[in-house]
Amino acid sequence: MFRYVLRRLLQAIPTLLGVSIISFVLVNSTPGDPILIRTFDPNITQETREILRQQLGLDQSLPLQYIRWFTGYMIRPGNVVADFQTDKVSCRYLPFLGQTVCDTGGGIVRGNLGTSISTKQPVWDRMVERMPATLELGVASLFLTLLLGVPLGVLSAVKQGSWFDNAVRFLAVVGNAVPAFWLGIMLIFLFGVYLGVLPTGGRQTLTLENEFDVVDRLRHLILPAFILAFGGIAGISRFMRTETLEVIRTDYIRTARAKGLPGSRVWFVHALRNALIPLMTILGPAITGVLTGAVITETIFAWPGMGRLTFSAAVQRDYPMVLGAVMFFSLLTILGNLLSDILYGVVDPRVRLS
Amino acid sequence: MSVNEAEATPSPAKILALEPQMKRDPQTFWGMAIQSLRRDRLTLVAIGFLAVLGTLAILAPVITGILGVGPNDTNPEIAFSPPYLAPYIEWRLGLDLETAPRILGKTDGVAHWLGTDQLGRDQLARLLYGGRVSLGIAFVAAAITLVLGVTVGTIAGFFGGMVDDVIIWFINTLVSIPGIYLLIIVSAIFKPNPMTLTLFLGLLGWFGTARLIRGNVFKVRELDFVTAARSIGAGNGRIMLQHVIPNSLPIIIVNAAIDIGVLILVESALSFLGLGVQPPTATWGSMLNRANNLMFLRDPETGSYLALHLLVAPGLLITLTVLALYLIGDGLRDALDPMMKNAR
Repeated sequence: MFRYVLRRLLQAIPTLLGVSIISFVLVNSTPGDPILIRTFDPNITQETREILRQQLGLDQSLPLQYIRWFTGYMIRPGNVVADFQTDKVSCRYLPFLGQTVCDTGGGIVRGNLGTSISTKQPVWDRMVERMPATLELGVASLFLTLLLGVPLGVLSAVKQGSWFDNAVRFLAVVGNAVPAFWLGIMLIFLFGVYLGVLPTGGRQTLTLENEFDVVDRLRHLILPAFILAFGGIAGISRFMRTETLEVIRTDYIRTARAKGLPGSRVWFVHALRNALIPLMTILGPAITGVLTGAVITETIFAWPGMGRLTFSAAVQRDYPMVLGAVMFFSLLTILGNLLSDILYGVVDPRVRLS
Repeated sequence: MSVNEAEATPSPAKILALEPQMKRDPQTFWGMAIQSLRRDRLTLVAIGFLAVLGTLAILAPVITGILGVGPNDTNPEIAFSPPYLAPYIEWRLGLDLETAPRILGKTDGVAHWLGTDQLGRDQLARLLYGGRVSLGIAFVAAAITLVLGVTVGTIAGFFGGMVDDVIIWFINTLVSIPGIYLLIIVSAIFKPNPMTLTLFLGLLGWFGTARLIRGNVFKVRELDFVTAARSIGAGNGRIMLQHVIPNSLPIIIVNAAIDIGVLILVESALSFLGLGVQPPTATWGSMLNRANNLMFLRDPETGSYLALHLLVAPGLLITLTVLALYLIGDGLRDALDPMMKNAR
């Protein structure tokens, strides 16, 4: 088991490297001068811009820029220690390579995601600031997904062929076809505008400022959490239905029935417990799904989370911010898949060996 | 004894000669699939819906020409005009003789069957023209994803080994970046027009198809007919084109229907966020772009919500179209893979 986990972890490393290369190249292939985006001030002279460009390493080739962004080490030909040495940057000339290597203190491997262009704050700080909101929404929607999806799926398998089963299956298909953003708009209109019983967006009533009011928070949370959970409910109910149907066809269920156990005991002790095992394996992607997939939900409901942060950063062309967020979300996705692979190995020993 | 028995059971040819109604034409795989589809009413309704929608979208210029409206004809005077359809029916039935003529009077006698938007543009015309863009993007992008997915998936599955390792690493890497962010970055940076958006969606959407095809090819390449083909000297290219890909065809077809549906959803979400097709070109998603602000607007006299028809129509159309495509996908799966039907 340990070797299996280790192998999976090692396999994640080249994937993460690939992700960093692809997102870096993508964001840096943008038309437009990144220095001009940083220095809108007309008082800044052309020389200052050039010095800034050199300091940020933006005059270098793309692979060298990538190395600098990834590791924090800037590599330049010749002995240029004097040009780049500052109190923050320590440089060293390596005579056998003919290159100067400067340690800029950054680099995403060291957890430094750089500085946001629009607010000049560290990217990581801005993300941490938004994390609680995204976590709150994600946990709530995951809770709703499981709370509604699992019983719906199991019940529809128990009552296979009934009107309830047909209704759940129909809802699952429709649930996949409805655009989440449109459903969100319709619910905001119905509950927020027409009935006026729920707020139309945000995480809390603005007049409350920093006061913490549980009821107010929950009223803001319910609609976005439901919209974010909606696709998952459809997916999980379908998944649980298939799994339950598979379990009740097994011999041990027939045995349990044959020895005269009451139906409820067969269902809940023998069938449900075994049908729930495969659910563990899709939990990993489900968790990353609600954390990373919140961008549309957060935008519609003006929810101050990381998805909306990334979206507005992309619109404002705040590249370090976008890159940092994408790396973070990709890491989450890789970890989620890893978790589900490991759980799969725990549940099904055959997987470990292949 | 054995001679008598042989006489008692006549050969199949003789039975057919005696009873011609027993004769049955040989059935092919595709023939059986079509027969199975013909009995599947839900799928037929879905196909019919999509066909009508496609025809209307293709004929958009003709239809709007007849109605005397255009998708980008603005007229602030008649902004937020309510749909004319329901009042017209009530007028014709004699239930309400006032509303319909009043609406018509305000719009200078031009009937806006589904109302107008905040700039006074006819919603029906925009839906029809938007359908052209939305459906066109989704179909062409799906074609790109299919070509790429089938090619890469077949190559990975057929050759296996190093080739497969590299391809799978590449795919795993790209699916590790959440797709919606990848699309948001690309569209925020490059400000797409319908053509480039189609390309982005196609180039970023083939990973799932490739994995699916790869899995199937792994199974097919071990089968005896592939060995047989190789034994008579067929090369790799011939085996892939003649034997492996045709055996993936059912998967490809089912996947295509669902893929188009997914692409419509993705394109509409992007356009809704303002990152997809740029205004004034209408797509179903971009028509909902201002919905968040418009939903609050009320008629000062009657208090009714002005933009309700603008919130409902595009979303409903997206839902129905995607639903139709998913149902077609399900129906095709049943028709093309009879084993699946029994398993459910």
